[in-house]
Amino acid sequence: MNRFVKDIKKYYKYATYAAKAELKAEVAGSYLNWVWWILEPLALMAIYAFIFGFVFDAREQYFTAFIYVGLTVWTFFNQNLKNSVKIVKKNKAVVSKVYLPKFILIESKMFVNGFKMLVSFAIVIALMIFYRVHLTWNVLFVLPIFVTMWLVTFGCMCIVSHFGVYVEDLANVINIALRLVFYMTGIMFSIERRIGAKHPELATILGKFNPMAYLISSLRKCLLYGETPEVPVLLVWFVIGLVLCVVGVRVIYKNENSYVKVI
Amino acid sequence: MSEEKKIAIKVDNLTIRYKSLKSYSIKRNFFALHRNKREVFEAVKNVSFEVPQGEILGIIGKNGSGKSTLLRALAHIFSPDEGTINIYDNSISLLSIGVGFQKELSGRENIMLSGLLLGFTEEEIKKKMPRIIKFADIGHFIDMPVGKYSSGMYSKLAFSITAILETDIILIDEVLSVGDRRFKKKSYKKMKSLISDDKRTVVIVSHSISALRELCDRVLWINDGEMMMIGEANEVLDQYEAFMDAEE
Repeated sequence: MNRFVKDIKKYYKYATYAAKAELKAEVAGSYLNWVWWILEPLALMAIYAFIFGFVFDAREQYFTAFIYVGLTVWTFFNQNLKNSVKIVKKNKAVVSKVYLPKFILIESKMFVNGFKMLVSFAIVIALMIFYRVHLTWNVLFVLPIFVTMWLVTFGCMCIVSHFGVYVEDLANVINIALRLVFYMTGIMFSIERRIGAKHPELATILGKFNPMAYLISSLRKCLLYGETPEVPVLLVWFVIGLVLCVVGVRVIYKNENSYVKVI
Repeated sequence: MSEEKKIAIKVDNLTIRYKSLKSYSIKRNFFALHRNKREVFEAVKNVSFEVPQGEILGIIGKNGSGKSTLLRALAHIFSPDEGTINIYDNSISLLSIGVGFQKELSGRENIMLSGLLLGFTEEEIKKKMPRIIKFADIGHFIDMPVGKYSSGMYSKLAFSITAILETDIILIDEVLSVGDRRFKKKSYKKMKSLISDDKRTVVIVSHSISALRELCDRVLWINDGEMMMIGEANEVLDQYEAFMDAEE
């Protein structure tokens, strides 16, 4: 624990600087640069709105904002996990030349994806203004929800990145798993109403035991619909997130010195 | 070097193994009936030595004798499987031919990142930045992505960072042949001045006997991971030469 705090302090600057540099490089490399961070989710939202709102007729109140909240959060989680599989190998140049705690690489990646999430969250706010969404004090739940999401994601990333070093084809497995979770998270439909109509047990299980589904639906509740999310479930996920982080960081500390021998 | 000097690096019974830590694929593991035969390969066996502060230690040995592994262990990139390495509170940096840069970032940003990784503060690096850039002498390329550099520019920049940022201990892996003739001369001179600072401890791995003869106080000779000899530079290098000639 002490070591963790010390390392975070020592390498925090590096993590933020590396994240900034990566964002800058990404912007410099493409033609429309940062516009993509808005354009991509916007285009995806249009597709989903068409398919699920028009073709399947699964509209919800404030449907575009509804999809956008889901999409933004999901993209953050999805990109982070996908990136974490090969993160040590990708940074081979650095890792094989100096020592740095490997979770710093993860933290840095999260800053990159977190910043992009923030940019596209600006659109959520714009949409909320457009719909004249009625705000309540429940909006304040956004903060604990994001903290919990950060913890769960970081914990998962640490564990995935550890196995990613040793297991060559982990990327394939993770991709399939993420796809499954994607459909089980209700990005573009409401789990409660659409799955719940025919399989209420499944909807309850998903709503509580799939952290992404729970976090996204809570975000929608507190932002769009002025409802209070289920606080006990949030607490449970907060604790689970903490446990995942502790386990992940421990695993990395224990094994990180042999990573270089493998890659 | 006098005896009463402080010790900068102390290595005790260091052993480093590669436990056939090959990465495996799920498919391969699924179909393999006998799981993970663990071959153990010892790259460094039971090596102990001390380097006093300010000394220049050369390490020599034939290819694959564990020199680079030893150096990486000193840089804290590998943890020892047995034994200990103590570098007290010195800052340490490893300099080798293809130093770790992020390819898509500019030279300037890479200087900053490398500096932060070596434990310097942003202000310190900013202060030294102009000197690094001047020494690297790669012109406007400093603001281009490192991926577009020629291999010479790449190593010039790498050398300049370590040379100007000046950690207490510098580990050098075969760097005596960086860049063109002019840069080689310049870096050689710089290295000599770095080395002649009697607070700085340097460990050099090289195949160049003449360079080691000129630069080093003492030389460590390892062969297949085992320590053959450590002692006064000329003495060890003579023995090493005789040994290598005899093996032919």
